Amino acid sequence: MSSSKKAFSYAFPLTIPIGVSFVFLGIGLGLYGISQGLPAWLPPVIALVVFAGSMEFVTVSLLLAPFDPIGAFILTLLINGRHIFYGLSLLEKYGDKGWKKWPLILGMCDESFAINASTTLPDDVDKGWFYLHVTWLNYVYWSVGTLLGGVAGTLLSFINFKGIEFVLTALFLVIFLEMLLSATKVQPIYFGIAGVILAIIALLVVGKTAFMLTAMFGMLVLCYIAYKWGGVRYD
Amino acid sequence: MTSMEMAITIGAIVLGTMCTRLLSFFVFPNDRKVPKFVAFLGKAFPIAVIGMLVVYALKDTVILAYPHGLPELISVVATTIVHLWRRSMMLSIGGGSVLYMILVQAVF
Repeated sequence: MSSSKKAFSYAFPLTIPIGVSFVFLGIGLGLYGISQGLPAWLPPVIALVVFAGSMEFVTVSLLLAPFDPIGAFILTLLINGRHIFYGLSLLEKYGDKGWKKWPLILGMCDESFAINASTTLPDDVDKGWFYLHVTWLNYVYWSVGTLLGGVAGTLLSFINFKGIEFVLTALFLVIFLEMLLSATKVQPIYFGIAGVILAIIALLVVGKTAFMLTAMFGMLVLCYIAYKWGGVRYD
Repeated sequence: MTSMEMAITIGAIVLGTMCTRLLSFFVFPNDRKVPKFVAFLGKAFPIAVIGMLVVYALKDTVILAYPHGLPELISVVATTIVHLWRRSMMLSIGGGSVLYMILVQAVF
């Protein structure tokens, strides 16, 4: 088996829950777009070029608002600023992957980050290919879902999909639990709990738009204090 | 908005998104040694950020009005218990999601 195929056999099963939820959420985005009066082809285009979850729903609403590209740019930085910290966390994992580095970086999303940052692979599995398979599979699921929503969404509306978005909540929760359970030291557990608490505080204080970025800056400060003055080390 | 204005707006959003994705790799290209503190961040952040993503996925939960976040609370607890019991991702995610869908469609 080639190294790419072997990596695929590890990557694909992990992306199935993402595939299920992305197709349905994508349908939701497509339906939302046409319900707001956009042409059916526009949501899939937004999915292909933006590919950043909630930002795409915001994109639809920005297209219906008065023209303000600077405002749209700044809002994007606030909502998607969390990608900065995904990059920071994956510098070593993605940095030395040759040409694969670029699709990995440009195709980053919450779910690809969650899988690629948390999965421990056997030594004989090619990590670059594994990361790349996870990334492109997620990209395809999302694009296909959005296309289905735009083209055939009304045909699917007889099924009640309400609540399907919980798949992503459960995915993050299960990955989080696995990381806590597999921790061999106490530091990661503290960092994990700190992340949850910071996010809740930030959500209550600054609201939905910018709380992830705020919480991550909080985490940055906390890490600096722990590293500089607390003498906390990882290895 | 005209088609041109729509294209510019989408362009601004794509540019903003790509800036956030590329920034860290631009500041620390692989030919430059990553400072020790940044390497430390790379190890400390993933678990904290995934904890944050759990909160992110639940950010639209309605707490102050009916049903007061009960479907979410019940499903999160059930998913956690099932996962600690069997440690099967498929079972935990599938079971938790079906339970949540039943709760929001038929119970609450």
